[in-house]
Amino acid sequence: MRKLLLCAPDHYGIEYEINPWMSRARGADTPIAQAQWKGLHEKLLSLGCDVHLVPGVPRLPDMVFTANAGLTVGKKFIPSNFRHQERAAEAPLFAKWMEDDGYEIIWLPKDQFFEGEGDALFVGNTLFCGYKFRTDVKAHRTVAEILKCLVISVELVDPRFYHIDTCFCPLTDGGAFWFPAAFDEYGQRTIRDHVPNLIDVPEEEAVHFSCNAVVLEQEIVLPEGAPKLVESLGKRGYRCHALPMTEFLKAGGACKCLTMFMPQRETVT
Amino acid sequence: MLSETIELRGHIIDSLILPKVLDEIITHGATFKISEFRIGEGRADQSFARIEVTGPSADELDDLILRLRQHGAEVLEKKSVQLAAAPADGVFPEHFYVTTNQQTFAQLDDGEVEVHPALMDSAIVLDRTARTATATKFYGVKKGMEVVVGHQGIRVVPFQRTTSRTDVFEFMASNVSIEKPKTAVIREMAREFQRAKDESGKILVVGGPAIVHTGAAEHFEKLIDWGYINLLFAGNALAAHDIENALFGTSLGVFLEKGSLAEAGHENHMRAINVIRSAGGIKPAVKSGLLKSGIMYSCVKNGVDYVLAGSIRDDGPLPDVITDALEAQRAMRAKLEGVTIAMMMGTMLHSIAVGNLLPATVKTICVDMNPGVVTKLADRGTFQAIGLVTDIEPFLRELTDCIEQLR
Repeated sequence: MRKLLLCAPDHYGIEYEINPWMSRARGADTPIAQAQWKGLHEKLLSLGCDVHLVPGVPRLPDMVFTANAGLTVGKKFIPSNFRHQERAAEAPLFAKWMEDDGYEIIWLPKDQFFEGEGDALFVGNTLFCGYKFRTDVKAHRTVAEILKCLVISVELVDPRFYHIDTCFCPLTDGGAFWFPAAFDEYGQRTIRDHVPNLIDVPEEEAVHFSCNAVVLEQEIVLPEGAPKLVESLGKRGYRCHALPMTEFLKAGGACKCLTMFMPQRETVT
Repeated sequence: MLSETIELRGHIIDSLILPKVLDEIITHGATFKISEFRIGEGRADQSFARIEVTGPSADELDDLILRLRQHGAEVLEKKSVQLAAAPADGVFPEHFYVTTNQQTFAQLDDGEVEVHPALMDSAIVLDRTARTATATKFYGVKKGMEVVVGHQGIRVVPFQRTTSRTDVFEFMASNVSIEKPKTAVIREMAREFQRAKDESGKILVVGGPAIVHTGAAEHFEKLIDWGYINLLFAGNALAAHDIENALFGTSLGVFLEKGSLAEAGHENHMRAINVIRSAGGIKPAVKSGLLKSGIMYSCVKNGVDYVLAGSIRDDGPLPDVITDALEAQRAMRAKLEGVTIAMMMGTMLHSIAVGNLLPATVKTICVDMNPGVVTKLADRGTFQAIGLVTDIEPFLRELTDCIEQLR
């Protein structure tokens, strides 16, 4: 049973603009957002997940995106150092919650930006980390030292896909699906070198944040709008659960952004 | 050229960060030198690279470093040079840094300054107010001047042969051999001469009297007349025998036309020297019409600058010869600005002496019958010299022919 951390969207809204998806003018529809989040919560519960909820806090609308709280491996929790001041206050709240839940908290140096699971995803024992828009490549190095694992750093080049979890999603069979153009050519080459059986997601599906999916063994919870990807995954034996995520997409997030694994991986050796 | 040292750590090989950084340096028109590199031994071990990045200008280098920082590059803090005061006139402080003929930079608290000139076997005198670093010989240092001691804060940019085109300096190393394909080498040298002329580089010839003895003077005069020679360094002998030849048709008493000895020919060079001495020098002798041909005549006629440096065994010498060795060294150094090619022919001591004054960037050709001359030149620090073991007359004849075809 996977243990997950979610945060109800009681204080969610578009209160600032820190990525190309956000527009305060457009805003998010609160009742629809709440319904969409409820749909995700229920889906994860129905798939047998052990879902925990961290209480939201007024004026921290993005706390709902718990994937950016930090990275959990075994009982170690590395909290995020958010690049944007708007989100910085989330970090101690998440860290406190994790500490109270029995995790060892390991902070990164304050000058190394790191946005948790949003920019750090395991394929087997190898941690793939995105850098440039949000996370510093130097933080990758520190994370590698803390976890004593191989960290593959890949540069993100499309501001729409500012976290690695918006364009790359590892599968339980050691493969992954991804939107290659979100990475620079070295990043693409690195991923191709290290990850077998990649499924390329076409741009028209990637823009629905199709890669921002929660993979639970053979079950995959992903946003609506990716029929080709769903078909490819189906052929590989995965069962896809497509959910409406429009109101969270307005903030540049979807299923995976709303979910953090506790832990993402038990051990890396 | 400015440079910064960066360090990369992490899984820089698996992530292709190292090749990306190196590619980015090259595509930005900069160059790199990896000074240290450690590869992680285990899967989770991190690797390390220390890279010296050299860019064409401060702005371009800053821009590049900014980009490299995104990939995790950390800029190494530079340490300034250490200085000590010269204890007396003509004396350097203990442990003074001894220069090479390579491009050298000294790090000050607020940036780097290039050491001028690129002169070997000197110390570096710093003027912090004027922000200058000067390669200085013993005679140039005065008590209290600030001199660089130790190696800290000194950066030497090793001279690299061109990779953009294969020229004579590319395919010939300084290894001396009589087995070299001379025709091909001479043809390529002619092209280098033409290139220097087209690009306003100065060509320096360092010559010994063998140019005259072997009968090669007429070829050399052509090169001067055609404007391929900009500067001549020689001793008393080249000028004396050239003038002897101009006035009497002999060199060391031998008729160059016939190869036979002139009667009382051994006196001719003394008489020639006397003529020039009585005229007050080479230039007055040309002006008054006494000297009407020869290498020195061509130099005066074409306005080619020359320095004649004396030695202990000179006859005369000619009034133009500078007999104070330090003064001669100063005079030669003062004229070297802009020299791109130095051709040294038939003189070991002048070749080594001038070699010591040349920056490594000057393309240096040494032509001598004796392979030992080129070896010696390289061993004394003028490593950039390429050598051709041949008699000077056929060499100059062929070079002149090749240049004539290119003109």
